[in-house]
Order: sequence, then C-alpha cells, then structure tokens
Amino acid sequence: MYRYDEFDQALVEQRVSEFRDQVRRRLAGELTEDEFKILRLMNGVYLQLHAYMLRAAIPYGTLSSDQMRGLARVAQRYDRGYGHFTTRQNIQFNWIKLEEMPDTLADLASVGLHAMQTSGNCVRNITTDQWAGVAADEFEDPRIWAEILRQHSTLHPEFSFLPRKFKVAISAAAHDRAAVKVHDIGLRMVRDGAGEVGFEVIVGGGLGRTPFIGKTIKPFLHKRDFLSYIEAILRVYNQHGRRDNIYKARIKILVHELGAEKFAAEVENEWRAIKNGALALDPAVIAAVAARFSYPNYERLSDNPSALARARSEDRAFAAWFDSAVSNHRQPGYAIVTLSLKPIGGPPGDATAAQMDAIADLADRFSFGEIRVGHEQNLVLPHVAQRDLVELWQQLQMHELATPNVGLVSDIIACPGLDYCSLANARSIPVAQELTRRFRDPALARSIGRLHINISGCINACGHHHIGHIGILGVEKNGEEFYQITLGGRADEDAKLGTLLGPAVRYGEIADVIEDVVEAYVALRQRPEELFVDTVKRLGVEPFKERVYAAR
Amino acid sequence: MTSPHEQKKRKINGSVVVTANRLGDGAVVYRTADDHWTTDLAAAAVVAAPAAAALLARAEADGVRAVGPYIAPVELAPGDRVLPGNLRERIRLDGPTFALPGVV
Amino acid sequence: MPLVKSGQIVEDRFVRVADGASAPDGIAVIVGGARFLAEAEVLLQRSAPIGVVWPNDRSVGALAPYLDRVALVALMFPSFRDGRGYSQARLLRERHGFRGELRATGQVLRDQFLFLLRAGFDSFEVAKDADAAAFAVSTRRFDVFYQPSGDGRATVFRQRLDRIGWGAQAR
Repeated sequence: MYRYDEFDQALVEQRVSEFRDQVRRRLAGELTEDEFKILRLMNGVYLQLHAYMLRAAIPYGTLSSDQMRGLARVAQRYDRGYGHFTTRQNIQFNWIKLEEMPDTLADLASVGLHAMQTSGNCVRNITTDQWAGVAADEFEDPRIWAEILRQHSTLHPEFSFLPRKFKVAISAAAHDRAAVKVHDIGLRMVRDGAGEVGFEVIVGGGLGRTPFIGKTIKPFLHKRDFLSYIEAILRVYNQHGRRDNIYKARIKILVHELGAEKFAAEVENEWRAIKNGALALDPAVIAAVAARFSYPNYERLSDNPSALARARSEDRAFAAWFDSAVSNHRQPGYAIVTLSLKPIGGPPGDATAAQMDAIADLADRFSFGEIRVGHEQNLVLPHVAQRDLVELWQQLQMHELATPNVGLVSDIIACPGLDYCSLANARSIPVAQELTRRFRDPALARSIGRLHINISGCINACGHHHIGHIGILGVEKNGEEFYQITLGGRADEDAKLGTLLGPAVRYGEIADVIEDVVEAYVALRQRPEELFVDTVKRLGVEPFKERVYAAR
Repeated sequence: MTSPHEQKKRKINGSVVVTANRLGDGAVVYRTADDHWTTDLAAAAVVAAPAAAALLARAEADGVRAVGPYIAPVELAPGDRVLPGNLRERIRLDGPTFALPGVV
Repeated sequence: MPLVKSGQIVEDRFVRVADGASAPDGIAVIVGGARFLAEAEVLLQRSAPIGVVWPNDRSVGALAPYLDRVALVALMFPSFRDGRGYSQARLLRERHGFRGELRATGQVLRDQFLFLLRAGFDSFEVAKDADAAAFAVSTRRFDVFYQPSGDGRATVFRQRLDRIGWGAQAR
C-alpha cells in the first residue's frame, strides 16, 4: 500500500482548493459551461441524467480500510448511501451536488484519495493487476511503476490537454489480469535475456467504437527509460493525434493511420532526444517511491490447515464459495479472497455505505487493513490467512458479499447504461440483473464454468463488451432498446475481440437469447472442462447462431 | 435511448418541453412559460414542436441556472396529464428503473 | 485583450501585421509564420524586433535556424482544450534553446496559466480581464510539481532525494 508523503498530500489539497474556486466561479456565472466542463471533468465530475456524478480514483485499485471508510462517509454524507465500483478500478458516486463537490473532494483528500484526471483528455488513472504484490505468478510489484507514473502524469504541464483521454495499464505477471492489450499504452513487465526486468511497450489498443488490439512498439524498455519513453509517446501523440473528430482522436487511430512501425520510429526519434535528460530514472528515485509502499508482516503458516480442509469437504455451501472466490497467494498459509459485488438481482459493482464499512472492518481483522478493486467490479481482500477463511465467509454472508459466482456466468460486468448515463442508448443494469436471476442456481453456474458476460449501454463500450466471452451492446432502433451479441472476446494475454452472433434483439428477448447461447455451449462443448470461450474458438459462432436463431 | 444530441438531429413532432439539469445540484428541470425552471413536469410549458425553438433559445440564454437545455418529447395523457415522451425522459423524471442499493 | 508579462499587465510593444501589409521599420512587429519563412532574410534585416505567430499544426523545427534573431514567438490556443502549443513551447525552450519572449495567444484562461508557465511561456494574451488580474493568485496555487520541465523548478522526485541526503550520490 502506498502512503502519501507531504508532497503528495499538499498537491491533492492544493488541487481541491483550486477546484473550490472554479466551482465558485461557475456558480457565480464567471465561467461558462463550456469552459467549466473541461475543468470539472479533470476533477472527475460528470453531469449525468439525474445529477452530477463524481468518479474518484483508486490508484491501481489499492485501498486501505481507512480509505474505504472514507468512501462510505462520502456515500452517506453527500450521496444516497452507495457507490459504484467501475471497470477501471475507480468508484463513482451518482448523486452528488455540484455545490457540495469541493467538500466531497476535501473529505476524500483527508484519507489520501482524489478524483484528479479520472476524466478529461489527460492521462487517466493507471490500472494494474488487482492481485499485484500477492499473485503467485508475478515477479515484481507493478504498483510501484503505476505510482511513479501517477505522480509524473498528475497536472503534467504538457499533457493535460491531449487530443483525447489516455489510459495506461501495467501487468507484471505471466497471466495478464490488467488487459494491457486494450489500452492506449499497455506495459508488460518482462525479463530480457540477461535476466534484467523491464517493460514490453504496447500502444494503440482500445475498445470503444473502433476496437483495436495494441501493437508492441518496444519489446524491451529498461527501467531507467520508463518515464522518458512514455513522455516521447505522449509528445508524438499530443502533436499528431487527430483533433478534428472526437471519434478519431484516440492514439489507436494515429497508430493505425501511421502504421505501428512508423509510429514507433517517430517515438524512437523523439525519445533519443530526451532519454538522457531529466527524466532518466535514477534507482534512488524509484527506491524512494517503493519505500512508501508497505507490505504485510505475514505469519509463518502452512497451506491448507485441517479446519479449512474439513470445512471444504463437509460444508457444500462453503466449498462452492471457496472454489469461486479464493485464489492462491504467494505466501504459504494465505489466500486472496474476492468479494462478489454481484448479488443475484443486484446492480453489478454497487456497494452500500454499510457494506463498505463492513468490508473495512473485515479488512482490518483479516487482511492487514488492505482492500483491492478489480476491473471485474468486485473487491478483493488480498492477504487472508487460510485458517480465517471460514469465519470470513460467515461474516461476508451477513453482508451479502459471499455470492459464490466469481468468474462464473452471473459475475457480470456492466456499465451504468441508460439508467444513469447521459451517453447511453439502452439499459445495461436491468439486463445484468435479469441474467443473474436466470443463472441463480449455483450448481448450474458451476456446471457452466468460467464465462464472462460484459454489457455496454452504448458504443463507447464502458462495459468492455468487445472482450466479454459473451458481449452485449445496447443500441437504439426507432426509439426502442435493442442488443447486439458478440461471442468469443477475451481480455487476457490472448486478447481477442468478439464476433457478432447475428441480428440485434429486443430488450424483452435478450435474457432468453443469452440463455439459449449458454445452452448451445453446453450442448456443443467437447467435455465439461472445455470453457465457453474455447468452444467458440474451436467452432466459431455459426453453430451458436443456428441454434439461437433457428427457434426465432 | 436518444441522446439530446441525436434528438436535435431528429425531427420531433407533437408536444414537447424544454428540459435541462439545474446547475447547483444537477436535478432534472423543465422550462416554464414564464421563463423559470421547475422540477415538476406538470408545471412545464408544453408547446407544439415548431414553437419550441423560441422557448429553447430563451433557455439557452440562461446558462447559470440550468445546464444543457434541449427539446424533449412529451405525451399528453387523458386529463391533460403530461408524461415523458420516451424511455430516456421517463428515466430522467422517475430515476433508475430498478431499486437503488440499500433501499428496501 | 490584456497582455500579462512577468506577472504584470503591460502594454503590448508589438504590433500585429497582416500578411499583405508592409512591416513598418522602427516598430516591433509580429508576422505570420508562413510569411516569416518566405521573407525571413528581409524581415530580419529590420532594426526593430521581429516576432512570429506560429500555427499549432506545424513543427517548430522550421523556426530553429532563426530563433537567435527572433524576439518573440506567439503560439496559438484556438480553444483551451487544444494542447499542441504546450509541446511546441517545450521544444522551443528545451530543445531549440529559444530565449526570447514566448507568448500564448487565443483562448487563454487563468486555469491554464501554471501549465503555460511551466511549459516555458512568459507572456500571455488573456481572454478575460478578470483572469489577467488573477494571474498572481492563479500561478501561486501550487507549490508541488512532479515533472521536470524547462522552468527549472525542483521536482518532488528530486526533493525527496535531497531530503534524505541521497541527492549527491544520485546526481
């Protein structure tokens, strides 16, 4: 966990005071909405259908229990008692008054949180593996790099008015849980032939209306060049990215139009001019940031204590939860526990203030006071002793946080959709809610196996529908909600965009159709262990299409 | 459903209102006949589509009390009740179409 | 439009000369970028200072051969969301060593002052009078900076090392 030093804290407070003045000027009529909009977005403030929405950053998805209590306080004091965790490891509050926004931000700052650059055409919250620092397959903590870049990109004097938003993800594990190939810049920590750890640099990935898988422009970047190379990419993009058409302004379009090789050459050229300048990272600078990260003081424990083994064999409900929610930790005797924010019939990713407070207390008791937010819109207690799992599970059940569906069909990712969002064309949340009801039987969900459904309410793709095993995209036809379905997308190291199944279907039909798709998979898979996404890969979408549309 | 931007492009026939969000808290508001804003749709100025341009122009000139005004369709129900004309507008008036978390 | 220079509202000593018009001698003038390149040798012969207003979609590298004889470069912000001028400014200052007056022109609001200063601008044609008057307050709002830029302010990264006495070895 990173703790702000006095510089970090001072900057966040100065930013709140600046925004307080900007809000005052807007309310007094000194700023037009056009002027103010850019300023509020850079502080995470949107105007949605019903109210202002505040998106607060949770840098690289790591929260302390005190910060979680701070979020609960904001939900209680300024909002309607809940918050929504997003696919970018942030939290959104849906009902905050502009007049109270400066106080809200000041409250967040008091627990070391901010909303800077969670929107606007700047470098956004840097995301990473929600299991960073604890995953068994990781060889270095990527959050140190995310934090260095967070600092470097905060109020950057050159890159605060880019052609469009800019998203960076960093992964340091063999299995990519940060979706680095669908970001403006994706960084994969890798080891070169000499055993040195550096970064593979991938650019130009992204979803939205023109989805692209990113291209590698530098197979190995030394740590010392981390900032200078990113600066070079941003400088090329800032000058040459398109500004004439908002839909063509992302870096993926520039990379596509120039070609990855030409783009890489431009970056290389710019980088050569600055790589030995002030941005060359000195190991002492890295060490100073790393020193602000604290790590738990683990006990020496052994794996699979007998009480746990007994509970797994004797209590089927516990076993079902354990199988879905508990993952391997790199420290013997510990486990990573995912808290499902996907209760049957609930809006995906929402947590009430009471749940947030309860999670903070449980984190203090069972997880060294630390909590993570994952891009699947679930929370994680990253350091739970295996001997405590049964007790934790009992506690989680009391707070409706133990739905045994993590990674399964009802663990649905959905954007806020037309119920909240001013850009949406169709609703997402009620579709997700209905699907969780259809697949509420845990035995059925388990027999279906790992299956990710992603729902976006418009082409902007905040629900990442392109990379869902099943992707659902809401569109509007003649004033009515319709949904397009794609199959076979995936976000991992084999990232792939889904393939369109067939004609869009109506709101009233979408849950039936998805049930049919899942039934088709169960009939078509070679053996129960073949995952949905592998069946689609093996057969293509045609056999699914035949079965689903034949009856319609 | 239909974003305001698309609604501008699309020809809206029939009865309409001018709607926006209140600057201070973002609440959904409707333009009244005497050039104020109200949160009560029943108190909004309901006009035939051709007459809406003038109402909108006056609303746009008032950039401090409300933000992003646009023309939205309404339906007139028996007894002169005014109802939102599409799903998006219904959601703006009534809130999300599901129970909010923590609300029992 | 008020002009702010060295933190003060000042008279503009430069006169903007349209592309077709002649540049009167003895008066500091600003000419368009294309004209400047076409007539550089003649314009640079004049006794009075010469300034160039440079478009934001053209590399500032083309100006490099003349920068030691140009008194002012004005960069354009057609909208305050268009940030190309920040990169141009840093390149002029930090790569090409331009030491003359670097002016921001267009939709320049108080909320950009600090970014502009840090990128190397030292004069500002400000869109609103109230913003010009608020220059000092707006630019003193922050005293913490993470990024090194040509303005020479100590970065947080550097200050951390100095504080714990690592600065000397690390340098």
